[in-house]
Amino acid sequence: MESKADVVIVGAGINGCALAYEVAKRGKDVVILEKNYIAYGATGRCGAGIRQQWSTKENAMLAKKSVEIFERLSDELGHDIGLRQGGYLIAIHDEDEMKQAKKNVEMQKSIGLPVRIIYEDEIKEIAPILNPEGMNAIAATFCPTDGHANPFKTTYAYAKSAERMGAKIYRFTEVKNIKTSDKKIEKVVTNKGEIKTEYVVNCAGAWSKEIAKMVGIEMPNKPVRKEALVTEPLKRIFDCMVISFKHGIYFSQQEEGQILGGIPSPEEKSGYYTEPTFSFLKHMSYMLGKYAPPLKYVNILRQWTGFYDVTPDALPILGKTEIEGFIQCNGFSGHGFMIAPMTARLLAQLICNEKMDMSIDRLSQNRFKEKIIKEKSVVG
Amino acid sequence: MKIVCRCEDITEEDIIKAIEEYGCETLAELKQLLRLGMGHCQGRTCLILTAKILARKTGKSLNEILPSFRPPAVAVEIGLIGGENGK
Ligand SMILES: Cc1cc2nc3c(=O)[nH]c(=O)nc-3n(C[C@H](O)[C@H](O)[C@H](O)COP(=O)(O)OP(=O)(O)OC[C@H]3O[C@@H](n4cnc5c(N)ncnc54)[C@H](O)[C@@H]3O)c2cc1C
Ligand code: FES
Repeated sequence: MESKADVVIVGAGINGCALAYEVAKRGKDVVILEKNYIAYGATGRCGAGIRQQWSTKENAMLAKKSVEIFERLSDELGHDIGLRQGGYLIAIHDEDEMKQAKKNVEMQKSIGLPVRIIYEDEIKEIAPILNPEGMNAIAATFCPTDGHANPFKTTYAYAKSAERMGAKIYRFTEVKNIKTSDKKIEKVVTNKGEIKTEYVVNCAGAWSKEIAKMVGIEMPNKPVRKEALVTEPLKRIFDCMVISFKHGIYFSQQEEGQILGGIPSPEEKSGYYTEPTFSFLKHMSYMLGKYAPPLKYVNILRQWTGFYDVTPDALPILGKTEIEGFIQCNGFSGHGFMIAPMTARLLAQLICNEKMDMSIDRLSQNRFKEKIIKEKSVVG
Repeated sequence: MKIVCRCEDITEEDIIKAIEEYGCETLAELKQLLRLGMGHCQGRTCLILTAKILARKTGKSLNEILPSFRPPAVAVEIGLIGGENGK
């Protein structure tokens, strides 16, 4: 293993790999340390949905800028990332939700998103499989440029391109400790040796809290267990992701034809317990039958669990800390895939002292000392 | 050409190429890269065969490589599990 590097990234999920690419592209020596294998964490377990319809401007901007990058990413990296832009259809169930939706749409339109409110006829036109009555929906919002990409292909595309630019990815290499002196990063200790470095970026997803502790930083993040399932592949029946904030459900038809989705499980707990549950399977199946009755006759092949790394306001924690050289890139609260391209670009600009495309000051951990504005548009 | 995963149509050559190109050491990585074992039988046919190929290529013992299975044990219909009233 290298004895030194300019930047050491902890975690080879979508965020670690995208950041390694952006930093290596700028000519720095980068090393990723991953205790398991690429995409072992939330990245390899996620729905990989890409949504720009958020209630806070920070999330909406990060997602919008990321979509602009996703749209050119297969070409830029020379690997197909399996991007499909079939839109996100977000159910509106009552007048309260309608009020919030109108507010969201106004803000989203102001930053240039092609989002609109649609009613029963158009819901059925966009996704004939849906039953608005069973969904209990009075309307929906729809943004046609939302979509999803293949999380494995995207992560490996970033990883391979980073390696091509000289980055090194060490798998099965666990970060055990981080040494500092005078509140400044000195070196990273792993089970396979030590690396001297100026920068450590904490891209450890649901384990970020533990990495931060190594330099004496307490984080408010909580790992929250989430479950998902996938069905047998079907011929193409609908293109959009369907979600509901009220029911917490999300599902879409993937590139290969399978239906993938999730919903908060009735017995959800925080912690690192990973067994899938029957109660999730039952609840999700029931709700799928309500939302899209023909799916009742489709077979489920597999269910699994993963973790959301949840912050008190459901916004990520990004940027510098009181330890010089220790950079945060975590707290993605269930939507860290979709904003990874822009997040990576911004943090690379920060590390390389370039002018930043947008400010991330409001996303630093310091915000929790003040009153926070919570992101309302969360699912799963 | 030897087919290893019948459900997802993956050959022994595909697997060896992935192991060599990406340095895969686990079944999980091959699943991610190739969709191996993600077909209708959920790898009950191909994962053991692939484990043997991995053991041969990486020099690891078969025990270190053996698969974990995600439930349900067999494909089940959504309507059958969800029922009419969620009870
Ligand atoms: C069921 C589910 C559905 C989701 N759906 C979506 C979605 O539709 N859209 C979306 O945008 N997001 C979704 N998410 C969220 C998304 O998956 C995550 O926000 C994102 O993948 C986070 O990526 P990451 O690279 O930051 O972290 P991770 O992918 O979690 O990677 C962290 C890595 O750090 C490694 N690590 C941890 N500790 C150490 C250590 N000490 N030393 C070395 N390595 C270490 C881990 O092994 C892991 O590989 C979903 C999540 C789940 C669980
Ligand atoms: S043979 Fe590989 S999944 Fe069935």
